[in-house]
Amino acid sequence: MNDTTLSLRNTLWLFAALAMVAAPHVERLPWWITILAVILMLWRTYLGRHRLPLPRKWLLLLIVAGATAGIYLHYRTIFGRDAGVALLIVMLALKLMETKSRRDAILLFFLAYFLVITNFFYSQTIATALYMMICVWMITAGMIGLHYTQPAGYRNQLRTAALLLAQSAPLMLALFLLFPRVQGPLWGLPQDAYSGLTGLSDTMSPGSLSNLSLSDAVAFRVSFISAPPPPKQLYWRGPVLWDFDGRTWSAPRFFYGQPRFQTNGVPIEYEVTIEPHNKRWLFALELPARLPPRSRLTGDFQLISNTRVASRMRYGMVSYLNTQYGMNESRMALHRALQLPPGFNPRTIKLAQSLRRQFPDDHALMAEVLSMFRKEKFFYTTTPPLLGTNSVDEFLFDTRRGFCEHYASAFAVIMRAAGIPARIVTGYQGGEINPVGNYMIVRQADAHAWTEVWFPDTGWVRVDPTAAVSPLRVESGIAAAVPKTDPLPLMVRGDYPWLRQVRLNWDSIANSWNQWVLGYNPERQRNLMSRVGIDDATWRTLAVMLIVTTGLITLTFALLMLRRLKTVVRDPAQRAYYRFCAKLERENLRRDPVEGPLDYAARLSRLRPDLAAAVAAITRLYIALRYGRDAGTDALQDLERRIRQFRAKEPAT
Amino acid sequence: MYLALKNRLYHWLFRPRGAESGPVVLVQRRVFILPTRQGVLFAAVLVLMLTGSVNYNLSLGYVLTFLLGAMGINAILHTFRNLANLRLSPGRVRPVFAGEAAQFTVCIDNPGAARRYSIGLTRDKKEASFTDVPAQQTTLLGTAVPTVRRGLLSPGRLTLFTTFPLGLYYAWAYFEPAMQCVVYPRPAPPGLALPPASSSDGHGVESGQGQEDFSGLRQYHSGDSPRHIAWKAAARGQGLLTKQFSGRVDSELWLSWDLLPPRMDLEDKLSHLARWVLDAHAAGMSYGLKLPGKTLAIAGGNVQCERSLEALALFDSGRDPA
Repeated sequence: MNDTTLSLRNTLWLFAALAMVAAPHVERLPWWITILAVILMLWRTYLGRHRLPLPRKWLLLLIVAGATAGIYLHYRTIFGRDAGVALLIVMLALKLMETKSRRDAILLFFLAYFLVITNFFYSQTIATALYMMICVWMITAGMIGLHYTQPAGYRNQLRTAALLLAQSAPLMLALFLLFPRVQGPLWGLPQDAYSGLTGLSDTMSPGSLSNLSLSDAVAFRVSFISAPPPPKQLYWRGPVLWDFDGRTWSAPRFFYGQPRFQTNGVPIEYEVTIEPHNKRWLFALELPARLPPRSRLTGDFQLISNTRVASRMRYGMVSYLNTQYGMNESRMALHRALQLPPGFNPRTIKLAQSLRRQFPDDHALMAEVLSMFRKEKFFYTTTPPLLGTNSVDEFLFDTRRGFCEHYASAFAVIMRAAGIPARIVTGYQGGEINPVGNYMIVRQADAHAWTEVWFPDTGWVRVDPTAAVSPLRVESGIAAAVPKTDPLPLMVRGDYPWLRQVRLNWDSIANSWNQWVLGYNPERQRNLMSRVGIDDATWRTLAVMLIVTTGLITLTFALLMLRRLKTVVRDPAQRAYYRFCAKLERENLRRDPVEGPLDYAARLSRLRPDLAAAVAAITRLYIALRYGRDAGTDALQDLERRIRQFRAKEPAT
Repeated sequence: MYLALKNRLYHWLFRPRGAESGPVVLVQRRVFILPTRQGVLFAAVLVLMLTGSVNYNLSLGYVLTFLLGAMGINAILHTFRNLANLRLSPGRVRPVFAGEAAQFTVCIDNPGAARRYSIGLTRDKKEASFTDVPAQQTTLLGTAVPTVRRGLLSPGRLTLFTTFPLGLYYAWAYFEPAMQCVVYPRPAPPGLALPPASSSDGHGVESGQGQEDFSGLRQYHSGDSPRHIAWKAAARGQGLLTKQFSGRVDSELWLSWDLLPPRMDLEDKLSHLARWVLDAHAAGMSYGLKLPGKTLAIAGGNVQCERSLEALALFDSGRDPA
């Protein structure tokens, strides 16, 4: 019974469902896999249409071997996320070639469900969720189609599937909220699990940040508990770079000393929800004064998580904006902050040395360099020209067009050459308040680099040379600072106010989605439980709640559905008469199924003479209504009234 | 011990009721449901998906897994509902010759408001026939049972089942309808000569007037059987006409047990007689049947044929045809 051959109609449905689920993978797969899958599908359709035999097994095995080898050559492995997905798709396409029974098709539909989940490795946006919902609908409808034995039409198929899925929604919600959550991963993730994420890196060379400025991807979102500080105070500290090789700044493998600082002023309290970037930095306003769980603060005030930020993460934070730090920095650190690679950027070093002779005071020298940036013809642009070996020289004396990394780098090199310890800090500057959800969005386009300079009397001081060139950058954001012709992501430009409103609304929805759907983790679950009055919910409590809720929901559905099974009585007269019979049944005067109303009435008046008159009237009315012609609505009302008033109880004797 | 326990469990669970003649409502107590092999596989896929979701922290993976899990639970209700509360009653059974397949038909009445899809009926769990039962309608569903020997055949316990909508569960109900198929003896191969007809009144065989095949109309004579009057013609105002039939009428053809060799096997004798009955019927003759202890008077037509074959089918079985 289970091995009925698969009809062409069901085969095509299976193809459609599989193609829909696999479609988003196409952009990530090697092109030849897509071609192979399409060819196999067309071939199978052709064979099915003309009722030709399916290909031999050895041919399929040959294709499997070839495809596996191809995948190995492409990914250099057949394990891991990307290669695994590619292999799964090839296997699915080949399985189609030997699918002829219903049982094979069911297996493929199950695999299609599994393929849905592989899409979530790459994207979990609302759009993906909606599209995958449609896919699940199609798969379910396809499975239902396999179980029809009489043609029922695709509408019926889709409707039944929609009903099944819709009815599952309440139970799904209960499971989602109450199923005891475990913080993954259970075992090591494959190497490639989170490749392709954008974000800052631990190095900076000319062009690396201006590339990032082309991305409107969200870096993190911040909801302020205190009043948000003004834009020019919004320096989100990230990697601190100490070492310069003439072109590229990089972070040391080892971080110096203990973070020591004196808090000063009002604390700013806020919560950061950071997007996964597969690095270990966490971002906070300068300077962070609280540690998120499982993280530490280095000597140069970088917040480092113990594990890579591989999934969206939330942490509360407190920062003090005007803080002196690094007053007694170690000699080793100061020495490192003065290193320059020998032989690079000779013109810059010459400039620094002449400035040094001119301004013996460190503060005066720094002010002179900043005023040079301000007064001379430097341009701030996201499309700086490419620079060669002596990148700082070329930038300072030739091109004079640069993005923040150029200014920070040049400034730090001049400072070091003049004997003032300096280092580069990268991170994000600014952020956009979304009034819809009342939180701040910080995008990759807000990536920024600035410098820190050390003076014996003040410790480390933040100096942002970009602010000297383009004060708008730190006050109003990047869109205001660069020329209109510079490429910028659409989401960052301010040209169209209505578009801005739409995207702010959309981002607010996306934020809620991130917080409540994607960010629903053990912690959120605990919070939710304590909000309904269950503190420190253990997995046992959750399991009990889950079982009870699931049971209640299922029971409700069972009752609702079984009600539809009841015999439908369309005729109101008959319905009333059945009520009448039910009343008598309670007095042990049950009507025999084969007993007509007249016989029943006769028997009743024999057994219970006290009821005879009422029974006779009701029976007469019922017969007139049910079998007579045009008894009229008055008669029906009369019948219903009489039956309502009918009392079958034996009078007390 | 184990067998006894199993037997008791079986009786407690399935409550074999014996043959039931009246309509049987598949109340909830009578419908059983278990996951199919696909259902178990589905559960395994879900466990795999859940593990993946935990490991990769895929929130939407959780959503999908839980949605499918909820659907898996929901499907129990749907499959159960697809079968529950149907009303079954035995349908008609046509007699067959031994060796043919007996068709047992069950009337499935759906009194509810929901259409039932893909209801299957099977006797041996190997072959099944399927039908849909629309809301508030009755559908007939038959199952074929091969026959080997003559006599009365009961279908035994039938299983009504469904796996709709997803095939994850198998819901079933047992139904043992009180219906019997009369299985005629397998007729001997054709080509046997009929026994000679003996004339009752000495006129011998008179062809041209019989009772079987309509051959024309003639004027009514008093004494003609009212059954042979062409009433339709009378209604058209053509006066009384009598229908004439060709065939043997006055000869006496007795298909008798005693005509067969005494040493012949009983079943062979019955087969032989069955062939005679069929041949005589095909030739449009009237005939009588003589069996030890039973005699069917001379008559012709379908009724005589059926009665004769039934007598042969039930001969010596201790039962009389009703």
